[in-house]
Amino acid sequence: MTRLAVDPIACTGHGLCAELLPEAIALDEWGYPLLADGELPRELLRRARSVAATCPTRALRLVQTAARSAATDA
Amino acid sequence: MTTVLSTHGLFDAPGPGLPEHRATFGPLPGADPVELAAAAELTGRGGAGFPTAVKLRSVADAAVATRRSPVLVGNGAEGEPAAAKDAVLLSRAPHLVLDGLSLVARGLGATDVVLAAPEHLLPGLAARLAERPDGAAVRLHPAAAEFLSGEESALVADIDGDPPLPRSKLVPVRERGVDGRPTLVQNVETLARLALMARGDRETSGRTLVTRRFQRNRTPWTDVLEIPLGAPLGDVLPLDSHVRAVLVGGYHGTWLPAAVARGLPLDRAGLEPVGAALGAGVLAALPADRCGLRETARVVGYLAASSAGQCGPCLNGLPRIAAALAVLARAATPPPQLLTDIWRWCGLLPDRGACRHPDGTVRLVASALGVFAPEVRLHASGRCSATTTRPFLPVPGAVR
Repeated sequence: MTRLAVDPIACTGHGLCAELLPEAIALDEWGYPLLADGELPRELLRRARSVAATCPTRALRLVQTAARSAATDA
Repeated sequence: MTTVLSTHGLFDAPGPGLPEHRATFGPLPGADPVELAAAAELTGRGGAGFPTAVKLRSVADAAVATRRSPVLVGNGAEGEPAAAKDAVLLSRAPHLVLDGLSLVARGLGATDVVLAAPEHLLPGLAARLAERPDGAAVRLHPAAAEFLSGEESALVADIDGDPPLPRSKLVPVRERGVDGRPTLVQNVETLARLALMARGDRETSGRTLVTRRFQRNRTPWTDVLEIPLGAPLGDVLPLDSHVRAVLVGGYHGTWLPAAVARGLPLDRAGLEPVGAALGAGVLAALPADRCGLRETARVVGYLAASSAGQCGPCLNGLPRIAAALAVLARAATPPPQLLTDIWRWCGLLPDRGACRHPDGTVRLVASALGVFAPEVRLHASGRCSATTTRPFLPVPGAVR
């Protein structure tokens, strides 16, 4: 069970990810990635891994789906 | 300040000193904070309303997993300009907060304890710490005076000596916070409630502090009040015919029409159906002589300027939304696509930042466009229903 995640601080909107993985990533009007909801389909896993590795700022990650970080505030 | 709604509570001690505190509340008994929080279903009072027991356990678990002793941070930063409850609590009942820190530090085995608060409160807090035998264990930290300075990862960065900006949540603060160690950041009111719970007060988790802002005899009035959760909003905040709308939760909160707000129970279950939450505990009654669009535009301008500027959607979206709202706030026909643009930008922001600043700002904007829709139409025809442009909601003059 794997999904895509972006570290929004690291991401500077190169847009490479959307070019290389259009099945799961689109760009917003400012050039920042919009990720498809939910699990990454199995057939995309390998390619997604290599796309994450080519992200110029290493902002794109593959994460195992467990609990999302919950508390962001005290 | 009225005290009708609470017969006993956080402000019961007649003064802030240790003798008054001891005489009013007695000594602090030993207790397990996790058990206390779990039994009373205590929720955090910093804004997110997260279950305290879950948060305490997750930090304790992270400490075991990483074999590093955790850091405890009392969060009194309160960057929200409309809120005053944490500052009032730290001034009037500091020893309850310090008791809470002591209790949680013991429970977690935390060796490093930090209390973060605005700089002007630190001399008073230092004097209170000096009164306590365990006072030397707490380090005071001046919190940056910015909107995001109380966001937990921004506060951790500040304590670490970095710029006070939110950090990525891919590794959460509970696992890697201050000094890279598991860190519990807990709001000061939550800590004070735990201190009362340790003394056997079963009611305190059912009460909360709110900051009220309204106009009394044409004069602005602000106070802090302890209320029972679930009290009808109209019983807490004076809502006469001169009130147009109510802002619930603060600048990441929700505008509601006065008629809707009046009967709403002030708790999670009561506010959720109308898309609102207590958030930072701010309740503000917008006087009928003000323009809700103008007020919102000023606040959103401040919020856009308060962005950390780290995440693309927030960096791009908030200034555009703020500029568009400034146009809508004028009594003039706006460009035809402007509302469509605002709604599209609002849709692009939630869940895409390192922190919840864009999400909260969008919540405020969306509620304003709904509640003040008649005003939007009035402005388009060149008119405004307000009779004064005097600002109501506070916005700091100097922003980042």
